[in-house]
Parts: sequence; C-alpha cells; structure tokens
Amino acid sequence: MLKIKNLRAGVEDKDILNGIDLHVSPGEVHAIMGPNGSGKSTLAAVVAGKEEFEVTEGEVLLDGEDISELDPEERAHKGVFLSFQYPVEIPGVTVTNFIKTAINETRKAQGMEDMPAGEMLKKIKEKADLLEIDRKFLSRSLNEGFSGGEKKRNEIFQLAMMEPKLAILDETDSGLDIDALKVVANGVNKLKSDDNAVIVITHYQRLLDYIVPDYVHVLMDGKIVKSGPKELAYELEKRGYDWIKEELV
Amino acid sequence: MSLKDKLLSSFIAFEDYLEDDSPIHDVRNEAIKHFEEKGFPTKKEEAWKYTSLRTLLKEDYSLTPYKESVVEFKDVKKYFLHEVDTYKVVFVDGVYSSFLSQTTHDKLDVCLLSAAFSKDKYKSVIETYFNKVAKSESLTSLNTAFAKEGAYIFVPNHVESDKPIEIINFSTGNEAAAMLQPRNLIVVGENAHVQIIERHQSLSGNAVLTNAVTEIFAEKRAHLDYYKIQNDQHTASLLDHTYIHQERDSICKVHTFSFGGKLTRNNLNFYQNGEHCDSVLKGITILEDNQHVDHNTLVHHISPNCESHQDYKGIFDDKSTGVFNGKVLVEKEAQKIDAFQQNNNILISDKATINAKPQLEIFADDVKCSHGCTIGQLDEDAMFYLRSRGIGKKEARALLMYAFANNVLESVKIPELKKRINKLIANKIGVSLGFDL
Ligand SMILES: Nc1ncnc2c1ncn2[C@@H]1O[C@H](COP(=O)(O)OP(=O)(O)OP(=O)(O)O)[C@@H](O)[C@H]1O
Ligand SMILES: [Mg+2]
Repeated sequence: MLKIKNLRAGVEDKDILNGIDLHVSPGEVHAIMGPNGSGKSTLAAVVAGKEEFEVTEGEVLLDGEDISELDPEERAHKGVFLSFQYPVEIPGVTVTNFIKTAINETRKAQGMEDMPAGEMLKKIKEKADLLEIDRKFLSRSLNEGFSGGEKKRNEIFQLAMMEPKLAILDETDSGLDIDALKVVANGVNKLKSDDNAVIVITHYQRLLDYIVPDYVHVLMDGKIVKSGPKELAYELEKRGYDWIKEELV
Repeated sequence: MSLKDKLLSSFIAFEDYLEDDSPIHDVRNEAIKHFEEKGFPTKKEEAWKYTSLRTLLKEDYSLTPYKESVVEFKDVKKYFLHEVDTYKVVFVDGVYSSFLSQTTHDKLDVCLLSAAFSKDKYKSVIETYFNKVAKSESLTSLNTAFAKEGAYIFVPNHVESDKPIEIINFSTGNEAAAMLQPRNLIVVGENAHVQIIERHQSLSGNAVLTNAVTEIFAEKRAHLDYYKIQNDQHTASLLDHTYIHQERDSICKVHTFSFGGKLTRNNLNFYQNGEHCDSVLKGITILEDNQHVDHNTLVHHISPNCESHQDYKGIFDDKSTGVFNGKVLVEKEAQKIDAFQQNNNILISDKATINAKPQLEIFADDVKCSHGCTIGQLDEDAMFYLRSRGIGKKEARALLMYAFANNVLESVKIPELKKRINKLIANKIGVSLGFDL
C-alpha cells in the first residue's frame, strides 16, 4: 500500500529525513519509535504533504502511484489520514461543520454526491458513541480550549468518520489517561481491516499492548536504523536507545 | 474650477432656490463658511494621514441631477432585505422615490428630512436635534450646508418599531460623475427600539462620491441597532459621518460591513451623555484590488459606569489598504468605565496594507480599558490541518476567513440580514460552503 523509497527531506538547509525506506502492506500495523527530534513527525507530515518540508530525494508511493508531488488534500482524497501530534485550534468552526465539510469535499473529489444529511448524522452519532464523545462536544469550536486528551480523542473521531486507507497516528497516546487510551485504541482496532493500514508513532510500549503492531521500526537521525517484531518495543522500553546507537558503530 | 470652488458657487444658487424661511437657513450659512475656511481634509491632518481624497476630488461631479431617473423595483430588489417586511426610505440620485419607498406615520415617523423641515409639526424636533450632535468638521459642514434630503426617523417614547427600516441611496449613473450628500436624522425616544439598515448603491460604473451625515439621538433606555452595508461598485466612494448621542441606559450598536466601494471613510462617533450607556461598534472589512477602507472611530466616555465594545476584523487581498483608527476618550468624571477595543487583520497578499492605530486618552483613574490589535497571515498550520482532512486550498482559506470574521456576525439580530451578510462574505471570498457560520 505505502512504499517509501530512500526519502530525504528537510527545511531550507537542514536535512531531517536522511533516506527512509518503509513498506506497509494492507492489513498491517507498523509502529515507529525513536528519540525526540529524530524525525518521526516530519516523516508523518511529509507523507501527508506538508509543503513546509522539501523532499530532496526518493519517492512516496501509495498503491504504486507517486504521491510526493500532490497537495495535502489530494492525498487525503486518496485515503491518507494524519492524526496530529499537536492538533490545531480553529475557533469559529464547529467539530460537526468541520467534519461535514471534510467528508463532503472528499466525496466531491471522488466524484460522489454529498452525503445525505440523515446518513451523516447517523454516522456522527455512531462514531461519537464508539469513542465515547459527548454530543455537546461536537458543537464546540474545533479543538479550541480542548484538553490535550480531548484533542487526541477528537482526532480519532475524525479518523473514524473519514475511514482512510492509511492512518498515521502521531503520538495519539500522549495526553490520554489510561481509560481514554483504551477507548481510543479500541476505536482504532474497530476500524482496522485487511484493506487498510496503520502507522503508529509512539514513545511508549503501552499503546502497543492495545494496538498490536506487526513491525516496530526505530527512527534515529532521520533514518530507520532497526526494524523488528513487536517484542522490539519491549526491549526499547527496557533499555532505551543507547544500545542501538552502540550497535550501529 | 476646483470641486471646492464649484461647491461654493453652487451654494449661492442652492440657497436662492430654497425658501428664505427655512428653519436651518442660518445653520447652512454657518456651515458653508466653515467649509470654505477649512476646505477638504488633506493627508497633512493626523486623522487623514492614510486616506487621500486627492484623486477623488479631481472628478468633475455634477452636484444636482439634471433629470429624474426611473428605477424599476425588479432591477434593484436584490439590494433590499426583501425576505422580510421593512419600512423603506429610498432615494434615487438624491431624490426621494415614493415609488420604491414604504414609509409610515403610524406609531413612528419614517419619512423625509425635507418634509420635516417644511412642516410645522416637526419644527420643535428639528430645533432640538438637527445639527446638534454633528461636529464642525469640514466634510460634515459641507454636508450641513447642502442638507436638504435624507431619512427622517422619529420613534416616540416606548415605541418598538414593528419592522426594520431600510435607508437606501441609489445612484443611477445618468451623469458621468455625481456627488451626493444625503443627511439623515434619527431620534429614538425613551425606551424605544429600532433597527436600521443603511446602504449606498451605485447602479452603474460611473463615478459617485457620497458625503453622508447621519445624526442619531438615543434617549434614555433606547435601543438602536444600525447596520451599514457597504458593498458598492468599485467606482463609488463614500465619506460617511455618523454621530450618536446617547442618554443614560441606552444601548447603541453599529455594525459596518465593508466589502465594496473604491474609497470608504467611516467616521463613527459615539457620545455617552448619561450613566450605564453601552456603545457597540463592530465591523467586517473584506477588500481586494485597490479598494481602500478607513475606519475612524471615537467613543467619548463623558459619564461614569458605561461600556463600549469595539471589534473590527479586516481581510485584505491584492493591493487593498485598510486603516483602523480607534479613539477612546475617557473624561475625568467618567469613572468605572469598561472600554474594550479589538482590531484583527489578515493580509492575504503581500501588497495589501493595514494601518492600525488605537488611541486611548484616559483622564479618569478607575477604568477598565483594553485594546488589542493583530496583523497576520492565515495560519499555515491551520491551513495544513484543514487540507490534510481533504478540504481544498481555496475552501480551507475561505473556512479560516469565515471563522475569523464569525464572531462579529453573532450580534446581528435580524436573521435574514445575517444570512445575507454570510452570503456576501462567501461571494466575496469566492466560495460556497455547505453551512452558515
Ligand atoms: N519547520 C522546521 N524548521 C526547522 N527545523 C525543524 C522544523 N520542523 C522540524 N524541525 C526539526 O527536525 C527535527 C525532527 O523533528 P520532528 O518533529 O520530526 O521530531 P520527532 O521525532 O517527531 O520528535 P518528538 O518525539 O519530540 O515528537 C527536530 O530537530 C526539529 O527541531
Ligand atoms: Mg513528533
């Protein structure tokens, strides 16, 4: 589904990603771990199409098509979804209006009619229930004054509404309390199928107890320096990253 | 001949033509003298530093229309708030159109200033109110000198107007260039309520210069909601002067929606003459091309325990320019004042400019005054967030601009008007969204 080949990207004269290779097949869950500042969020943003980062080499293929020149919205229309590490506050636009616009703009791009209002409402209700989101919450301005955990839950609500092919969750677990973590992870698992894939960026093994990865990758200085089965996450939790650095030398 | 000279010489003919016993004969003569002394404002004056009238004044304006124009309702329907029933005072090229108007003398007087001047029963009102709050400022004096026609609205004590009132000034473009000087007088009696919508609309691409003065008196506990819709042709310019005298416990709100026009200057002045007055000034300005809008506001806090709220939002594209000069003057006696001023601007293009200058002059010591001013671009992170959810660049921009302007619309009390403004904004931004904010 997603093939990243020798991807190099950065800002102005600073290289952040230094040759990333990653293959994600339908039905898989990949975890990406790594020290602060290693480039995890940058990788996520580059895949989602943030223009701030310049891709200097390599390619990003989605179902065989190079998407690295596409606008962020075009990537979204093709099924890429990024759950933000820091969701942006948009005062004046309610969660409901936002998600309606997002869904209908995406449908329009796919040559479909707007989703009928009744169907939309039903879906909103269903997904809000799945993520145990209070209905009142949906008429508030998007992320404005939301607590850290509420923002993350709202990201996953949007994920549930959009039903993307490829979901990238950037530190969705940070800010969530233990119960919320279960609710959110459960939500993600419910949406999981053989046709879609998830990339989970996290610092903690705990999330991976709930969203169980097929592969764990370690990102350091903009490169994937080690990949392994889910047990690798336990080892990282126990031993940190220094031993990997030593292995590399 | 300069426009000033042309105006001065036409004043003589104008006075000759009016009856000598006009109750404002002396007022007019005083005013023209003042204008003659002062002339048109120039950029040398602090208050006009960022707005130049030079090119406007070069036009050869006709000062009185040569022929009366007929305007069909169907051609101008869209400029009225036709979804609801309203009183209408309509002028075409400065001449009252009884055909397009719908006036009343039922519970309140919605009619013509010229009628008020000439009829005995209005004599005392004219004597009490006319030119009493308007200040001697050159453009205002010029208007006063030629004051002849405009809307006259008198809402007696305890009367709540059953419908909104629309004041519309059309210009047909029968002349290559025309100058209009409407003069409105509005008196809202004790505990009386009224909603007014004002619009200047050119029906052609010919040049129009409107120098308008509106005097408003809000008596004790009066409620006034005034909406200025400025969405005129790019060849029409407006110099607007609104003076509001408030008595105790009155609430006056003025919303100014500036989307059109070539050059617009809004002088909006509030004078609080009793305790517990509330003055609200809100504006949304969305400009493109070479458009220019200058908001020059004054809230004069003369009495204690009053409030004022100013909230102006501006979005500037292309080479458009905006000015916000908000003055809050708190007199020594005016203790326990709560004065709030906010001015936020977004520059879409790097050629657009905004000059914002808050001016607080506070002589009382126990007051709460706050002001904030921001100038920025659309937030890149917000753009990426919206776009990553499948919302196209144009729509994402529109959504952010809508959201930015949104809270100014919250206080618009006429739902149909709110919808209209919403649509105007959507049109102006060039996008239609599936919902209203
Ligand atoms: N716009 C930018 N301009 C300059 N440097 C940037 C920019 N964006 C990211 N960086 C730098 O790139 C590096 C990688 O940042 P990134 O956010 O991808 O790290 P991360 O792995 O997600 O870290 P964390 O675990 O703390 O979230 C950091 O050193 C960061 O400071
Ligand atoms: Mg990060």
